[in-house]
Amino acid sequence: MTPYEIRGLQGRRIKDKIFTSVVWGLTFSCLAVVFIILFYIFKMGIPSLNWALFSQGPKPVGESGGGILNAIVGSLIVVVIAAIIAIPVGVSVGIFLAENRGRKLADRVALAIDVLQGIPSIVIGIVIYVWIVKPTGKFSAYSGSIALAIMMLPPIIKNTEETLILIPTTLKEASLALGASYFRTTMKILLPAGIGGIFSGCIIGIARIAGEVAPLLFTAFGNPQLTGSIFKPVDTIPKVIFTYASSPYDDWHRIAWGGSVILVSFIIVLNTIIKIFESRWKVQF
Amino acid sequence: MKNRWRVLENKIFVRWLSIAAITTMVLLLIFFITLLISSWPGIKANGFGFLWGKTWDPVANHFGMFPFLIGTLITSFLSLLISAPFSIAAALFLGEFYPKGLIPNIFRNVIELLAAIPSVVYGFWGLYTVAPLVSKLEMKMHMPAPGVGIFTASIVLSIMLIPYSVSLIRQVISMTPVALKEAAYALGSTRAEVITKVIIPSNISGISAGFLLSLGRALGETMAVTILIGNSPELPHNIFSPSYTMASVIANEFTEAVGDVYLSTLIEVGLLLFVVTTIINLIGRLIIKKVSY
Repeated sequence: MTPYEIRGLQGRRIKDKIFTSVVWGLTFSCLAVVFIILFYIFKMGIPSLNWALFSQGPKPVGESGGGILNAIVGSLIVVVIAAIIAIPVGVSVGIFLAENRGRKLADRVALAIDVLQGIPSIVIGIVIYVWIVKPTGKFSAYSGSIALAIMMLPPIIKNTEETLILIPTTLKEASLALGASYFRTTMKILLPAGIGGIFSGCIIGIARIAGEVAPLLFTAFGNPQLTGSIFKPVDTIPKVIFTYASSPYDDWHRIAWGGSVILVSFIIVLNTIIKIFESRWKVQF
Repeated sequence: MKNRWRVLENKIFVRWLSIAAITTMVLLLIFFITLLISSWPGIKANGFGFLWGKTWDPVANHFGMFPFLIGTLITSFLSLLISAPFSIAAALFLGEFYPKGLIPNIFRNVIELLAAIPSVVYGFWGLYTVAPLVSKLEMKMHMPAPGVGIFTASIVLSIMLIPYSVSLIRQVISMTPVALKEAAYALGSTRAEVITKVIIPSNISGISAGFLLSLGRALGETMAVTILIGNSPELPHNIFSPSYTMASVIANEFTEAVGDVYLSTLIEVGLLLFVVTTIINLIGRLIIKKVSY
């Protein structure tokens, strides 16, 4: 071996080392960013968590204190209605895709759902505004729910489809051979067998919409009063964070940090539930 | 009698499945038609000059969206540029260096946590942490130092893009045929050489599709950008200037829009955003589908 070749080999090794350490360094800075952000949110938010935050509505500017009870209730209403609309439709489309796999129509539906997932949420807000808010002449909680339901569909559909195609066809055939109709087979055999995956799809959908504001700006709008009606405008936690964060008042910022902690913790809990479900309840045959 | 009912319920069920699926499919088309019809007064009033008109003056009913177009493009591409090295590195780390095991699994979940933080919370966080840093930087460079502007929005946006592009690129990278990699190793390549000369070139279309889809997401990102970009309808002078994006102008002005033309002009901006993101997503998804089979 000539010295030149040895040097070349060493050079390549050094390059490899440098490359590896750059990859490590960049990956670790991604992880560091996660912790920096979460730490900051909790550091700012935890001091403003108190009973008033959960039990009171907003106070006028200048008075300190107050809470976001109206927004917590509003968020619950909007998200629950959205789930009630999206889950049956999403699961149905998922069943359709799993049953018609390989057909042209199913391929196109799947592509359309992927594209739907990439549509900016604010555009969905505009569409629902044109469909519902403009004709009825007022902002309302249910119009916000419909906008969020559309955003929830893609993850529910994807997860239902992916779970159902894992279930062996013998199971379905056995049920059909016993004389059960296709409807009964789906309801009594397929869906129960895949319930873990379908459930985790629904949770992913909820986690996706729980922090959304953009589609609610012109639909659910916002309402400082506590209301349980789905036909009235309501505040939601992310909307309150947006309004308060853009205000110049320190008191409002404190409440916004409290809201951020509630919201982020809620979504992290949902993510953890999904992870547990995915590892324990995965369809296995 | 019972049998007949069962046949009927079965028929209804099958019909319902197709209806649900087809409705979801044509939802995009319905969106397009809805947006087109309701932005028609604006399109008629503004004409084609709308795209490159430089003044946005709702009071005088004079609408030009060129500043928003530029603001959106600069913010999105800058954020993509900032996040690219991080996303590629993390995707290589999780897809090639350590694809399996406990620690990489934890890493993956931690990076996915970035996707759990809502957009509006990112904006609020950026306002408290990133904006003051950028303001200091601007002061050192002897510029007006508001802190908020294109650069601040891009930094925060780039963090938001990381979990998304990492998971897309990781999927693409981990689908590299093992034989291809082993052939390169057998020829005596180092890992860096295998990655730069085999894995990345052979997956270049998939990786580009991953970035394309991230770009689509950046273009439509609303809340964080609205909080951080400074909301100024002027053409930006440099990357620190306050600006406006298409999504944030809709978010800020939609509920305050007085008059049919103003409102439908904002819907026209939304229509443009819809068309662009649809095309980007369609192309990105088709490429990813092609490379994964």
